[in-house]
Amino acid sequence: MGIVEAKDLVFEYIKRDEEGNAEGVIRALDGVNLSIKKGSIIAILGGNGSGKSTFAKHINAILYPGEGNILVDGKDTRKPENLWNIRQEAGMVFQNPDNQIIGNVVEEDVGFGPENMGVPTKEIWERVNEALKAVGMYSYRKHSPNKLSGGQKQRVAIAGVMAMHPKCIIMDEPTAMLDPKGRREVIRQMRALNDVERITVILITHYMEETIYADQIFVMDKGKIAMQGSPKEIFSRVDELRKLRLDVPQCTILAHELNQAGFGLPRGILTREEFIQEMVKYSGGRFYRGGLENVDDSRDPHSFTSPGHMTGDLKESLILDHVSYTYEKGTSGEIRALNDISLQIGKGEFIGLIGHTGSGKSTLVQHLNGLLKPVSGHVYFKGEDITAKKYDRRILRSKVGLVFQYPEHQLFEETVFKDVCFGPKNTGKSDKEAELAAFEALRAVQLPEEYYYSSPFELSGGQKRRAAIAGVLAMKPEILVLDEPTAGLDPRGRDEILDLISDLHKKQGITIILVSHSMEDVANYVSRILVMDKGRIIMDGDTRHVFMRFKELEEIGLSAPLVTYLMRDLRDRGFDIDPYVTTIDAAKKEILRLFDN
Amino acid sequence: MLREITLGQYYDADSVIHKLDPRTKLAGTFVFIISLFLFRSASVTLVATFFLILLVSLSRVPFSYMIRGMKGIFLILMITVVFNLFLTPGIPLVSFWKFTITDEGLKIAVFTAIRLVYLIIGSSVLTLTTTPNNLTDGLEALMSPLKLFKVPVHEVAMMMTIALRFIPILMEETDKIMKAQEARGADFESGNIIERAKALVPILVPLFVSAFRRANDLALAMEARCYRGGEGRTKMKPLVYKGRDYTAYGVMLIYIILIFAAGIIIKL
Repeated sequence: MGIVEAKDLVFEYIKRDEEGNAEGVIRALDGVNLSIKKGSIIAILGGNGSGKSTFAKHINAILYPGEGNILVDGKDTRKPENLWNIRQEAGMVFQNPDNQIIGNVVEEDVGFGPENMGVPTKEIWERVNEALKAVGMYSYRKHSPNKLSGGQKQRVAIAGVMAMHPKCIIMDEPTAMLDPKGRREVIRQMRALNDVERITVILITHYMEETIYADQIFVMDKGKIAMQGSPKEIFSRVDELRKLRLDVPQCTILAHELNQAGFGLPRGILTREEFIQEMVKYSGGRFYRGGLENVDDSRDPHSFTSPGHMTGDLKESLILDHVSYTYEKGTSGEIRALNDISLQIGKGEFIGLIGHTGSGKSTLVQHLNGLLKPVSGHVYFKGEDITAKKYDRRILRSKVGLVFQYPEHQLFEETVFKDVCFGPKNTGKSDKEAELAAFEALRAVQLPEEYYYSSPFELSGGQKRRAAIAGVLAMKPEILVLDEPTAGLDPRGRDEILDLISDLHKKQGITIILVSHSMEDVANYVSRILVMDKGRIIMDGDTRHVFMRFKELEEIGLSAPLVTYLMRDLRDRGFDIDPYVTTIDAAKKEILRLFDN
Repeated sequence: MLREITLGQYYDADSVIHKLDPRTKLAGTFVFIISLFLFRSASVTLVATFFLILLVSLSRVPFSYMIRGMKGIFLILMITVVFNLFLTPGIPLVSFWKFTITDEGLKIAVFTAIRLVYLIIGSSVLTLTTTPNNLTDGLEALMSPLKLFKVPVHEVAMMMTIALRFIPILMEETDKIMKAQEARGADFESGNIIERAKALVPILVPLFVSAFRRANDLALAMEARCYRGGEGRTKMKPLVYKGRDYTAYGVMLIYIILIFAAGIIIKL
């Protein structure tokens, strides 16, 4: 018998109207049957609303089954006498790193579980030290959780569960709010726990690339298990996965696309190494050409001149001229966030801004609309110095729209429509003009009309985000800056938002600056990339030329899109192809070109 | 960079006072404050002064930090001094225009000033040498007899702990929301009082929504980690009196005796 056994599990949420009368029923789980083997890593995949989180809460006895039953280590979760036992045996790590840490000091937080269980003091300390060592956070034991990175906080949360000596750990989208570095940290930790401590791990996620290490994957859709099998089996069903709007890793997709063009690669390729091996095997050495020199940067004389750099109409541009900014100037905690940045953003550009957390991206974008004033240097918009005293920054804010990370957190009005009107009204527009602008903006973000007059808090995550973007769009900006607009969304929501942004650029001619952690997204959409590190812009060029310098990118904790690595590896193996391709489509074309010859 | 703020005013140093049990320090502070108001005599003030100098030097906290707390009460201090100085009846010492300073007035003004200043410094020694967590633990332990009267002591302490944890997070969040609304053209700086109050709505609503969301998440996370109130809970860092705490209580006793001796017998 497995450690978790679910049989015909059904769970329904009752939807209530404002008076608390039942309006309808949402079936979040609809006859789930599954069995999880002890000591394995299990991944549960699915988009938002697939029921995966609801299922997770059943394992920890936070929710109880409506019909059917669930046994955790042979114990029925519905029996009250099993409750604390189950919660101790099946620990849970949640999505938001901040909202699950209780202690003000790392070690105290880890001790919270054992304290609740009534473990004697001496043993609490043993457990805490052991758990902190297991997740590599022992040296941070006296720190305040507020000073840790997202990945570190999640590791503390894992330690907090470990200290309760569980038999299995359920991780409910533990990486959704982290940057790539934090994501890797958490996944590495997860694998180590399974490897060393033999703990059963149940990973709930919508990132497919995190599931390749799982022993078994369950794909959920609309409250049901839609697919189940080993990663290899699941990943070979690319068309079905795409239909469920899941994010298939680039090597799997590329292999799949090539197969559709008549190649005979095996199905379900999971990793970069596997892809290369299979490609070499498939080509049978036909394309091998010894001594291919590396295509290096020097071959292209235009390598590092950026398309918009000091060309274009200066009168139409946003220009940063030797801008520096320091937080807490004059105190011991002085932090130099921007260091002598000069930059021109031309009309109609689509720019990607990348850099690891803390590189100064957020500080930079706040200079673009005057929220922060440079400590030294100047910012010019359309030839006017916006740092000048008499410059009206309110006008600037309507011309340069800034969408912050998780913009839905700023919604506040009774209705979506009123909220979208907030911006235009602030800039002195009449009610009528503001309402017109709001309509246009809501239409541009493709929010269904039936939601215009409902409360913004009733919308789904993706819809809220669109409403919030509309709130900025309604001010009719000429430049739109978006700080990680896809953070925390599932692949479907992410694609929708990115397509929307791309539409705004194409159809309305709005200049876009997209801050992102995802190299794949950047490669697919933007034409120019700015790379920041330690408060400086260290690269500025078109997509291809920036990703050519992947080695430098790796040094500062970034990378090129996976497909670029695939192409480089192929070239190293003697395939005469362009190794600096950044999108799947281009890669497919390039490989087909080689094979057609 | 609001992340960097420290709550309370804990000053990290390695001193005997820092190492004392928070209960001892709370009791000591209590005794000291009472002693200030028991008698009004020079000899008692002298004893208190010696005691305070001893505490401050033992705490190894720079004196400049100690008097930082004074800035906040400077105005109150001045007002009380001035009122006492001019409005107390007694034998006139100096008089000009409509004001008269009496001997009694001068005496009361001086004592009041000294008491207030000592009060602030005395409690600063407590807050500067004790982390907020420790202080919460100490309060919980000292208040635990109130459980008999159905006062939810554990719950209150847990609330204080959670507040300490989330205040910096919410401060940062406020900063973010303000900036986001400013980016939408909101103006928090101009207008009359009513307009300014209205301008706060776009900040407060999202802030409350976020606080509730966080509270909900946290409650879930606490339950998932077997939290079920104070019953049957053990402590990772239980408060245990050590040798130095008994010494401190001894010092306190001597201090009380000296105060009474000075107040009753010497009567200066």
